[in-house]
Amino acid sequence: MSTYALSDSWTMTRRELAHWARQPAQVLVGLVFPVMLLLMFGYLIGGGRGVQGDYVDFLVPGMFALTMVFGLEGTMLAVTQDLNKGVIDRFRSMPMADGAVLVGRSAADMLQSAVGLAVLMGTGYALGWRVHGTFGAFMGAVGLLLLLRFAMLWIGILLAMVAGKPEMVQAVQILIWPVGFLSNALATPESMPGWLGTAVEWNPLSQTATAVRDLFGAPGAEAGHVWAAVVWPLALLAVFFPLAVRRFGALDE
Amino acid sequence: MTDAIVVEGVRKRYGDKDALDGLDLRVGRGTVHAVLGPNGAGKTTLVRVLSTLLRPGAGRAEVAGHDVVTRAREVRRRIGLLGQHAALDEELGGRQNLEMFGRLYHLGARHARVRADELLERFGLADTGRKAVKRYSGGMRRRLDLAASLITEPEVIFLDEPTTGLDPRGRAEVWKAVRSLVGGGTTVLLTTQYLEEADQLAHRISVVDRGRVVADGTADELKALTGGDRIDVVLRDGGQLGAAVALLPLAQAEISVDVDRRLLSAPAADRVKTLAGVVRALEDAGVEAEDVALRRPTLDEVFLHLTTGDDPVDPVDPVKEAV
Repeated sequence: MSTYALSDSWTMTRRELAHWARQPAQVLVGLVFPVMLLLMFGYLIGGGRGVQGDYVDFLVPGMFALTMVFGLEGTMLAVTQDLNKGVIDRFRSMPMADGAVLVGRSAADMLQSAVGLAVLMGTGYALGWRVHGTFGAFMGAVGLLLLLRFAMLWIGILLAMVAGKPEMVQAVQILIWPVGFLSNALATPESMPGWLGTAVEWNPLSQTATAVRDLFGAPGAEAGHVWAAVVWPLALLAVFFPLAVRRFGALDE
Repeated sequence: MTDAIVVEGVRKRYGDKDALDGLDLRVGRGTVHAVLGPNGAGKTTLVRVLSTLLRPGAGRAEVAGHDVVTRAREVRRRIGLLGQHAALDEELGGRQNLEMFGRLYHLGARHARVRADELLERFGLADTGRKAVKRYSGGMRRRLDLAASLITEPEVIFLDEPTTGLDPRGRAEVWKAVRSLVGGGTTVLLTTQYLEEADQLAHRISVVDRGRVVADGTADELKALTGGDRIDVVLRDGGQLGAAVALLPLAQAEISVDVDRRLLSAPAADRVKTLAGVVRALEDAGVEAEDVALRRPTLDEVFLHLTTGDDPVDPVDPVKEAV
């Protein structure tokens, strides 16, 4: 780490923010998409298979968690695009701090996810979703959601470097959807066939969704999943963060 | 004073192909050195090794007095890189790009801003500083890319095929910029497939083929390698080419014939004397010539002479084979 690690990372974060300012439409689409999903599941498909109590209290926190997981696609697309651009060669031939490119990416993505989450919460509120727990629990839930996003972010960075080409992102996009829906974000595992239910319960996304429902004080929420919602993302980070950083440094072999 | 670039026995292997096969090179400070070679000769690999983007498989390379592997950061402080593809953030404006790079070179926010304005002015981009780079023309993009390579006034700058894909105007713009660099004492390593470019810009030229330097020298020295001046004879009637070859006072074996252009070409060892002999022989035989001229060999001829081995597919070292 050089003495410039912080300022270089900040410069790279500013770069991403400048991209937003240049392409507000793209940012808007990124924010609107999860809102559309929420409205679709809330009004069109809704019903909530196997859900006790009000579906909105079940669905909205589930959608928060699902959105955090789908954020992986955005990260992956951005990193593949960056790696295929000449600009990355300039960054790497400059005396800048080693991790600054990745740190800038992750800071910007986290910021976008936080904004996205706020927008989604506003939409949820409009649909009738309410927080019944304490403010501390609410902040804890937000923290768990962003932690999941952070873990997905580093998986996205690594996958982007392994895939290499933007076309490969499509393949991953197709794969991420079943992972997203094989969870309890939209329906309870009890409503599914046995083996599927087991897979769903093991999905880290399910752990986070259950934990935040609990922390938001959703009526009928299952307690005791907070530890899993902390441990799962941390475990993923412990694997993917070092792999991603190493892979980025090793591009020059 | 040591050389600005020292390359000794550098190898780089991709799969079972040697991109660099024990390449040696020395570039004096403040000079322009062209690395000339066909596609796939290893030019880009060499630039990537020297600009710390690629780790050499074997051998040693120093840039501005620092080893590219063990002291990469020191090298990065002293170099500028203009790659084959624009190394710019396409979404951002020209000024935003230069400011960002200035910050990453640790100039400080204010100095980075001032420097960006200076460079935009110098490269005639001041009016377009706000426009996103993706809307730039090819020539503008190259100039901005070059400006970005010059933010810290580097000791050594690498230009990897800087004019490939540019129209003649864009090419002229880049040439002008390169010439202005030389005045400032910067060492320039330039790769190119265009002989004219090497001829125009470089003090010395290294011809590279299959990952090795096959010839090294000034443009004149390289031209001398193919053996002195040549004489070109263009006939009015292409049907007389065969007869002309037989009657001209030239070494028969060395005459090359281009039927489409009705052209005979051969070494003219005695220059004017050869010319006079050829004109007389043609007149005596009643063969009408459209043009007869003496000329220096072109770098194209040198290039082809040096880079096309007898067996380009599987080069065999005759010495080794004898053993």
